[in-house]
Amino acid sequence: MMHRREWIYGWLFLSPALLFLFTFTHYPAVKTIVSSFFSTPRGKRPAKFIGIENYQALIQDEVFWKVLTNNFWFAVGTIPISVGLALLMALWVNSKLKGTTLSRIAFFAPTVLPLIAVANIWLFFYTPGFGLIDQFRSGLFGLPAINLLGNPDTVLAAMIVVAIWKEAGFFMIFYLAALQSIPPVLKEAADVEGASNFYYLRKILFPLLMPTTLFVSINAVINSFRLVDHIFVMTEGGPDNASSLLLYYIYETAFKYWQTGYAATLTVVMLILLSVLAIGQFFLFDRKVHYQ
Amino acid sequence: MKRFGRFRTSVASIALLWGMTSAAMAVDLEFYFPVAVGGKAADTIKELTDEYAAANPGVNIDAVYAGSYGDTVTKALTASRGGKPPQLSVILSVDMFTLIDEEVIMPFDDLVETDEDKAWLQSFYPAFMENSQTGGKTYGIPFQRSTPVLYWNKEAFAEAGLDPDTPPSTWEETIEMGKKLVKKDGDGNVTRWGVRIPSSGFPYWLFQGLTTQNDVILANSDGNQTNFADPKVAEALQYLVDLSTKHEVMAPGIIEWGATPKAFFEGQTAMMWTSTGNLTNVRNNAPFDFGVGLLPGNVRRGAPTGGGNFYIFSDSSDEQKKAAFDFVKWISQPAQSAKWTIATGYVAPRPDTWETAEMKAYTDDFAPALVARDQLEFAVAELSTYQNQRVTAVFNDALAAAITGSKSVEDALAEAQKQADAILKEYR
Repeated sequence: MMHRREWIYGWLFLSPALLFLFTFTHYPAVKTIVSSFFSTPRGKRPAKFIGIENYQALIQDEVFWKVLTNNFWFAVGTIPISVGLALLMALWVNSKLKGTTLSRIAFFAPTVLPLIAVANIWLFFYTPGFGLIDQFRSGLFGLPAINLLGNPDTVLAAMIVVAIWKEAGFFMIFYLAALQSIPPVLKEAADVEGASNFYYLRKILFPLLMPTTLFVSINAVINSFRLVDHIFVMTEGGPDNASSLLLYYIYETAFKYWQTGYAATLTVVMLILLSVLAIGQFFLFDRKVHYQ
Repeated sequence: MKRFGRFRTSVASIALLWGMTSAAMAVDLEFYFPVAVGGKAADTIKELTDEYAAANPGVNIDAVYAGSYGDTVTKALTASRGGKPPQLSVILSVDMFTLIDEEVIMPFDDLVETDEDKAWLQSFYPAFMENSQTGGKTYGIPFQRSTPVLYWNKEAFAEAGLDPDTPPSTWEETIEMGKKLVKKDGDGNVTRWGVRIPSSGFPYWLFQGLTTQNDVILANSDGNQTNFADPKVAEALQYLVDLSTKHEVMAPGIIEWGATPKAFFEGQTAMMWTSTGNLTNVRNNAPFDFGVGLLPGNVRRGAPTGGGNFYIFSDSSDEQKKAAFDFVKWISQPAQSAKWTIATGYVAPRPDTWETAEMKAYTDDFAPALVARDQLEFAVAELSTYQNQRVTAVFNDALAAAITGSKSVEDALAEAQKQADAILKEYR
């Protein structure tokens, strides 16, 4: 009897979270997979089953491959640098140097700002002619105006810089919290044993930070697919899709072109990619992560 | 006790009766509107709907600000799919085919009853109606419409030894004058360009000015056939590319829309092409004397139109449709239309608005406002097809590829035509 009641309590406690998880995560995911095998309903013509036609269109869609490639470079460009920067900044503001409070605020400020606002600020930095970057270039070095957002060769790099600037401070907070939870006796013991700072960093600090690194890097991977707000403001994916990312293309397909069937197919690709990456990271890091 | 009971019943029946009559009399209209230019537009819409509601007690209009043009069409379509469409909405004129394709709007012709209504349908500038009619029916009523014009900096013209009151009137003159207007500093860097034709986001709109001037139309009026691979289109695109690469009178690469007025104010460019929607902005912020003129011509003068129309949604009751029709008729009358134009800078869509005392006073004070009206004579429909957003996206990508030099003009256009054909095949 007692056992049965505990079982009921368990489900009661779980049910609010489960309800939300099912309504907003699992049901839409399953529905998306189902929709990806149907055509787009228009007016009074309902969606009809078309098998793998959407997936065949996907393989032939040049724009899809382009945004996927862009997304790959966007991830490669943002993840290591923003995580690395975050660690450096955390070590810096965790030290006992003067002015750390100010640097903490400065490093964290971009995280507090909404990405749309950030994008508008950077839009001004990048503006050819009278933007901040060009004012420096022409004022200090007498260089000609540069159109970073209007050139397909530089636009993606310009977007990557914005994303790093936005993200590094956020990840820094996690590293800072982790650093502050590391007992100082370890450092003292290392000093007594005559270990160099670098040795301490490599053999003690990094392994202890591994759970944080796993958490942060999974977040960084997800963000490299999720962060597209600045594209709306700065480039709308242009020129010629040079700065478009997978999620932005899904948005365009679904809510600009109203190709909801095809958008569901693109979403399935994104779902698979994200699951594979997250699971892969768990396995990759699993042996190196030590939880205390 | 008994009296009290009767009293209660009578109160109840009166309440019931009152409820029924008010339900029979009052018509509720939901009206989505976008705001594409800053400031006063939303207030003016509220003012106008309040004024109408005060004069027509039987109609309640709920004017809902729905965001940008893109947000508004998204909201209207989502609401329609959910079975709760608005009765009325202002949406881009180019979205007409999309709305027809989704079977959510109805032609105004079905609501026309009297000769007066018929005359009203004929009272708008034909240039604006091109984007509002298809298959012999009228689906949209022009409301917040615009057209691109040429703005020039008179001081820069004088400085370059040009007549400050004469802007270029042809493609050739744009190049000639542009070359004189380009200014370089000691390092050989350009500090002022001759002309600026923005190309970010939706380059097709201003490019359509060039194609019209080259006497070629980009899409048919049935919205199922595009003409991107025409040699005249290629010629127009080559001209646009040459302005930067060959003649060096315009900055290279994609040029941002948003920064264009600012670049003009800062003296970074001596001329710019942009919407009449910027008139008030330029008037308030340009620190120099400026002129507003027709876009230069080539084979002919030409410009596209742009902006939003009124649409009536079909999934409404007959009373609602009638009331919506009546409201659109009212708000497009010269008095209301003049108020709207003066507050926002949009082009008044019918000739008699320009004859009102208010508009006369406004244009006497600020003559550039007339340029847009004078250009309507040369204006054509904005590019619009079925699956409009997809087709224009394909075309925009092609233009961007040619402007940034990643594809040749001919290849880019031929590919765009091929893709547009594939999309539009099912509508032929």
